[in-house]
Amino acid sequence: MAAHSAHPPGFAHQFETVAQQREAGTLGMWVFLVTEILFFGGMFTSYIIYRSLHLHSFIQGSHELIVKFGATNTAVLIFSSLTMALAIRTAQVGKSKGQIIFWLILTMILGAAFIAIKLRYEWYRDYVEGLIPGVSWLDGGTHTPGVKMFMCFYFFMTGLHALHMVVGLGILTVLVIMTARNKFSSQYYAPLEISGLYWHFVDIVWIFLFPLLYLIGGRYPGS
Amino acid sequence: MSGHAAHDSNAPHVVPISTYMLVFLALMVGTALTTWVAYIDLGRWNTVAALTIAVVKMSLVVLFFMHVKYATGLTRIVILAGFFWLGIMITLSCSDELTRHWEIVPQGWQMILPLVSRLF
Amino acid sequence: MSTATADLHDAPAEPGVNYLNASYGIRSWLLTLDHKRIGLLYLAAITFMFLVGGVAAVMVRMHLIEPQGALFEPETYNKMFTTHGIMMVFFFLIPSIPATLGNFLIPLMIGARDVAFPKLNLMSWYVFMIGASLAVFGTLAGGVDTGWTFYPPYSAAYSHTNVAVVALGIFIAGFSSILTGLNFIVTIHKMRAPGMTWFRLPLFIWGMYATSLIFVLGTPVIAITIFLLGLERILHVGIFDPAVGGDPLLFQHLFWFYSHPAVYIMILPGMGVISELVTAFARKKIFGYSFVAFSSLSIAVISFVVWGHHMFVTGQSIYAGLVFSVLSYLVAIPSAVKVFNWTATLYRGSVSYEAPMLYALGFIGLFTIGGLTGLFLASLATDVHLNGTYFIVAHFHYVMVGGAVMAYLGGIHYWWPKITGRLYPDIWARIAAAIIFVGFNLTFFPQFMLGYLGMPRRYAVYPAEFQVLNVLSSAGASILGIGYVIPLVYLIWSMRYGPVASSNPWKAKGLEWTIPSPPPTENFAEIPIVTEDAYNYPVADAHAYPDAPGVARV
Repeated sequence: MAAHSAHPPGFAHQFETVAQQREAGTLGMWVFLVTEILFFGGMFTSYIIYRSLHLHSFIQGSHELIVKFGATNTAVLIFSSLTMALAIRTAQVGKSKGQIIFWLILTMILGAAFIAIKLRYEWYRDYVEGLIPGVSWLDGGTHTPGVKMFMCFYFFMTGLHALHMVVGLGILTVLVIMTARNKFSSQYYAPLEISGLYWHFVDIVWIFLFPLLYLIGGRYPGS
Repeated sequence: MSGHAAHDSNAPHVVPISTYMLVFLALMVGTALTTWVAYIDLGRWNTVAALTIAVVKMSLVVLFFMHVKYATGLTRIVILAGFFWLGIMITLSCSDELTRHWEIVPQGWQMILPLVSRLF
Repeated sequence: MSTATADLHDAPAEPGVNYLNASYGIRSWLLTLDHKRIGLLYLAAITFMFLVGGVAAVMVRMHLIEPQGALFEPETYNKMFTTHGIMMVFFFLIPSIPATLGNFLIPLMIGARDVAFPKLNLMSWYVFMIGASLAVFGTLAGGVDTGWTFYPPYSAAYSHTNVAVVALGIFIAGFSSILTGLNFIVTIHKMRAPGMTWFRLPLFIWGMYATSLIFVLGTPVIAITIFLLGLERILHVGIFDPAVGGDPLLFQHLFWFYSHPAVYIMILPGMGVISELVTAFARKKIFGYSFVAFSSLSIAVISFVVWGHHMFVTGQSIYAGLVFSVLSYLVAIPSAVKVFNWTATLYRGSVSYEAPMLYALGFIGLFTIGGLTGLFLASLATDVHLNGTYFIVAHFHYVMVGGAVMAYLGGIHYWWPKITGRLYPDIWARIAAAIIFVGFNLTFFPQFMLGYLGMPRRYAVYPAEFQVLNVLSSAGASILGIGYVIPLVYLIWSMRYGPVASSNPWKAKGLEWTIPSPPPTENFAEIPIVTEDAYNYPVADAHAYPDAPGVARV
């Protein structure tokens, strides 16, 4: 394949042009994100249906959650999306690798902060209060089956989301290493770009989880 | 391939930092707004308000952070397909769950409203 | 030569480096990124899974020779039919044509050097193998007795068998489907050769594209469903337990949101294969190309809005039942378009009857029966009588075995010279095709009658008056089994001893026939430039070919 020898690093033999490779990578990530929409979608569908079956209990259950932590975490994730977008932009305009790494690490710190807040101020408290299904489960008491069902979905959905965050942090680690090894330039930064799509998607899931779990039904007195 | 080599106009669009900052601010305002609205008694409309704000926030992330505003039609179709299929799943599942104990004989489309209102 | 596949015109391809002899050793296969080798890895894996599922099927049919059950305790019988269902559905039929022929052929047909993401492609095979190993392990270490559908609350709370392990295997194998579908969608969008426009694509590619859509849009939902079932089984929190506010029917909704479209994962690639076979052996352009192409897409879309017809008698809302019934009828339209267009293609074609064509004609007939009996089941009132009987068993076997497996075998026979560079004995292939056709009908037609008479499925015993039909069915199954073993023998034989195949033994159209058999690793020395439509058979060619010696002419 002598004709291909002029291509930049990261070029794969099955493609004819660099543009073709970039388009394929981006399309592939979008198709993957569609599978993620439907993966979380099965959970959202179940949540919608069970909420309609146990409306009162689900509102009661959502009052077990603390809005300020949910809201803080939403802000943290949105901020991390901004830093991710800036990391890609930095590579796009050909800035130094130190600047790319700065934005990537900042994104990782924010992602880790999200998980830390979730663990320390939310899940740990739920554990103490006996709200975690299967692990520490409050038998009897005032919790109706509907509230327990809500707590199941709360943990499954936030747990699945946190799992995606952890995967995202792993991807970001790889990106930092690749950047440090000069893999990227203003000509080739596709891994940054498609990893960014994934990171933003995880953000979007939380943008929906926050109102669905913490807010809808209202937090005003008597709701 | 189908002629992809020709157009470099398809090259990635560099979004100005000011745009990113505006989007970021809008998202933060949206977060504050949705939290604030939850503490006001709007009845059913609390749910509607929270989800509307979420959809707006999502659109901002998708269009600007994920560059879909500058993307090809194919990317948009792929995304719309994902949401369309999610819609199929939710709608048809609900078509069973909401009408399972529908004891009155349905007469006309206005009968749908009380059903849908069970969702929120 | 008359016993060999028709290979009469061009000289054998010049010996050279191809994808099979480019490198040797287990390592070169297990670490390959070549889509053709990965296709063969899949072929080996799913053939093994077919044998596992086949053994279970033999056990089921042997047991049912006697009304009181000839072999097993009812518990063991439950495990047998469950094993048969799980192995055949999740580990043979779903990956069958896409993962083997699809992997092998998509880059060849669109004029590409490989799929878009070769590493993902290899990874999907390993993911599949992990899932399949778990499922086989769970089956051997005690089995599962829930039926392949895993309905809770039985599967969640009451079954003491290896539900968790096997379900985890299916969950993992699902990701292999997702990766394959993703890879194919991107490949078909972005890797087509210059001039290969969407409406010049072979119809097999349209079928694979539609299948990939279902892979990508449906499989995540079964993954999350199994995930919920697993949590329910481990944590006992009552997600599907009505006693604490759960809804068992929610599982069925989510399960069939994937598993009904999964039926089309099995049949759409088969329809694509049939479009190739019918044109090649009628030596005619397909009748109504765009109708056949769009019918694949519309089947893929409609398949997602009909799932409730599996739940007509479960306590699903009757209003939803009405909607699902009407929507289910819609699938008949694109399916019928395909059957009519294949038939119209045959009309006044120069039809010859080599083994692949016998499978194709078998497919058209059997799929028509399977499809039309599906309409009985889509109709609410009829379904109340037929639901849960052998009528359903017969119906979906006509579609899945009479349809998907026949197409799979037809495709394997058609592209075998391209895959291996060898010809198989055509006469044996024709005999096997005939045996399979006879054995299949003898197995499953009596089951239509049994179901109509009211024999329920999944029972280890049955009333004595059903014995005659059951014995007929079991006898047919043994004939069918022989029919499956014969190709296995001569195909393996041909890999070493078969005559060397030319690059285009069928004189067929399509980019895959323009390169040597077996193809070189990079497929095309130069990426081809496509200038003509698919199936552009010259009219004169129809007279030159079928009169050649050794080719049946009717």
